[in-house]
Amino acid sequence: MEVPAEPGHVVSLDKVSVHLGKRLIQSSMSFSVEEGEFLAVLGPNGAGKTTLLRLLLGLIQPSAGSISVFGLPPRRGNRQIGYVPQFRDWDTGIAIRARDVVRLGLDGHRWGPGLPSKKRESAIDEVLKEVGALDLAEASLGELSGGEQQRVLIAQALLTHPRLLLLDEPLASLDLAREAEIVGLVARLRETRKTAVLLVTHDVNPMLSKIDGVLFLANGRCAKGPTTEVITSAALSELYGAPVEVVGALGKLFVVGAPI
Amino acid sequence: MLDLLHYQFMRNALITGSIVAVLSAAVGYFIVARSLTFAAHAIPNIGFAGAAGAVLVGIFPVYGFFAFALAAAVGIGIMGTRAHERDIVVAVLMTFALGLGFLFLSLYSGYAQRVYGILFGSILGISAQNVLITGVAAAIDLVLLLAIYRPLLFCTVDPQAAAARGLPVAMLSVLFLALAALAISLSAQMMGALLVFTLLVGPAATANRLTRRPGITILIAALLGLTYVWVGIGAAALSGRLPVSFMVSALAFVVYLPVRLWARPNRNKKTGPTLNLDITTTGRDAPTEAEECSIL
Amino acid sequence: MLDLIASDLFRNAVAAGTIAAITSALVGYFVVLRAQAFAGEALTDICFAGSAGAALAGFNPLLGMLAFSLTGALGLGLLSNRARGRDVEIGMALSMATGLGVLFLSLYAHHSASHATAGMSLLFGSILSVRPEEIGLMLLCAILVIIVLGLISRPLLFATIDPVAARARGLPTLLLSVSFMLILAVAVAMCVLTIGALLALSLLVAPPAAALRVSRRPNRAIALSVLFGLAVAWGGILASFIGPWKHPPIGFSISSLGAIVYLSAYIVEKRTRSLSMRSSEHPGKEVMDEGR
Repeated sequence: MEVPAEPGHVVSLDKVSVHLGKRLIQSSMSFSVEEGEFLAVLGPNGAGKTTLLRLLLGLIQPSAGSISVFGLPPRRGNRQIGYVPQFRDWDTGIAIRARDVVRLGLDGHRWGPGLPSKKRESAIDEVLKEVGALDLAEASLGELSGGEQQRVLIAQALLTHPRLLLLDEPLASLDLAREAEIVGLVARLRETRKTAVLLVTHDVNPMLSKIDGVLFLANGRCAKGPTTEVITSAALSELYGAPVEVVGALGKLFVVGAPI
Repeated sequence: MLDLLHYQFMRNALITGSIVAVLSAAVGYFIVARSLTFAAHAIPNIGFAGAAGAVLVGIFPVYGFFAFALAAAVGIGIMGTRAHERDIVVAVLMTFALGLGFLFLSLYSGYAQRVYGILFGSILGISAQNVLITGVAAAIDLVLLLAIYRPLLFCTVDPQAAAARGLPVAMLSVLFLALAALAISLSAQMMGALLVFTLLVGPAATANRLTRRPGITILIAALLGLTYVWVGIGAAALSGRLPVSFMVSALAFVVYLPVRLWARPNRNKKTGPTLNLDITTTGRDAPTEAEECSIL
Repeated sequence: MLDLIASDLFRNAVAAGTIAAITSALVGYFVVLRAQAFAGEALTDICFAGSAGAALAGFNPLLGMLAFSLTGALGLGLLSNRARGRDVEIGMALSMATGLGVLFLSLYAHHSASHATAGMSLLFGSILSVRPEEIGLMLLCAILVIIVLGLISRPLLFATIDPVAARARGLPTLLLSVSFMLILAVAVAMCVLTIGALLALSLLVAPPAAALRVSRRPNRAIALSVLFGLAVAWGGILASFIGPWKHPPIGFSISSLGAIVYLSAYIVEKRTRSLSMRSSEHPGKEVMDEGR
């Protein structure tokens, strides 16, 4: 379903509803994402954050409404989207290096074993340097810590020079210091590459100072806008349909009365 | 010793064994990487029933073996990755198939020898025709495996990102299992249904611990497999009583054990703090330059 | 035909089958719960090696089985505390045991044709040739297993469902793992004696797995497990004795019945689950699991 693309809109949703089986996840979502916009995607479990990502990736279809990604309907394998899936614990059962994992982002979808290529190797080196993981290149995947694996995954997503970066809970198993590193990295990438970023997370505080705005999904509805407008008691109470308090303290925001 | 090579059966066994060792190395790498060790055990046991049925009906056992092994492999692939549930179903079907195979063969007089042959394998009874079939089938299997090498690796390492890239993850999973079933069927001629597993998984599991690069891992696994097979065939031929499958399993285990206990691919030495990014945060504690404590 | 049933052969088979079925139903319940079917498989192959070695050396197969499997169980128990990702190790140990069994059995069968046929019983069971003394030994083992299981069943259940909390509570999880493996070894040895190394897993796993599909409540599931186990064992023995066709081997009958019982339970469970899902939309249902 085509949507007349307004120039500069990376993503545009118009009255999109999505069901998972019988369950209505979101009804009538409408919002758009600009070029280079850094948004945190928030909401309780089951509200549809991952579902939204899968919609944009063309992995599932909306039950109503229309979506456009770079002016076209979402399709699988869109190289303009870099996708960093949720962290998983790789066990040591596979012998593979970090640089091999990154390489998959470039040609993992091509048939055949692939011939050695200097150009490709230097592209991999470059992107690894960009995420600060060049010295991890030869390490085996299972040897890397959570933060290191996350960086490798981000590098993998960057190889195709995407204009939209989707990160699904990249901070989930990281400690504070690591969280800050990843957020800083993503913010820097957005600066240098002008990539739009949708970062799904449960806690907006690690990135409060970096994001342009928030996309909040809850209760089958969504709200998008600058952080100061969306994360307020009034706005969230309206979204959840129940009293929610937002408390600001020490430069952080805390949501009280609703799961987030 | 070299005069053994005068015998046709020896040459056939060596050729078949070598082909199978190399194929098993490539397939085995992915079996280990995709955590399919239980399937590598169950599929040949189910194939046994097919081989027994084939004997009853009067066709080449390897065809019956492959038919059942393929069905089992595709079934496992379709069942997907809900590991626990799948394991029980496979275990139950596997024992049923074994019982069925036993039933088939018990209807045959002099069945004991047949049963041993299919279950334990042997270096005799590999005809020139077997060698040809093995060679052609193995070539097809290898070519297909090479063709899907990169996508399969991608799906193995990172199925979600692979799906996002548009790869048919489920289909590749089933396709790989089918290729594995073929490799298993070819290997079972000599190794027997009970010990195919050891040639499939042993060398790959050992090589996994010696290097990090996928291609090199497969190469090392192939070399190991070839060694085991040649030594095994030699020992079996010389002694006349030692089953080749036992020799291969013993060698595979004896090499695997020390490697598993002591070998680790060189840890990547990180010098100093790993992050050179410019992190400016407002109003937050600056992150400490903690060394990454890799836990392993 | 009736005198066949009245024969000693039949009575011995039923006695041995009953003891094995009850023991394996009880132990098997935990095997399924702990997702240790593969470890059980490894133990059957270790038993195979033990019984083949014993046959070759002239000992009683049951003793050989117990010796090997108890040793193997110790190793597996120490290993199994960190169960995830151990399949390769277990698989390699399993192949080594199988390899030894293959060696022993080959050498044994080489002797004579009668040895070759006798070797079949190691692979597929010898319930018909179980002697009264062996039944006595089996009974003793069964009582031992039931006592130990009775003692550790609650802490074992706790450690199975929530290992971290159990350890925090001070439960000796390693000791529990090892003890469980040891009684599993004994149960497996009994199954191997009756229906052979290759088929033993079906009596160990199919009845409890079927019971768990019918009910999740521990007491109910355990009782059902025993019920199914006995049904499978008796049904299998009967089918082989009075079989409508040529008497199928008992091992086959039991493993087939096991498969039928399990698959029936599986189908029934899927049906009742889809019916209940269709009839009610759970408004208050936890929205925790969005389809990821």
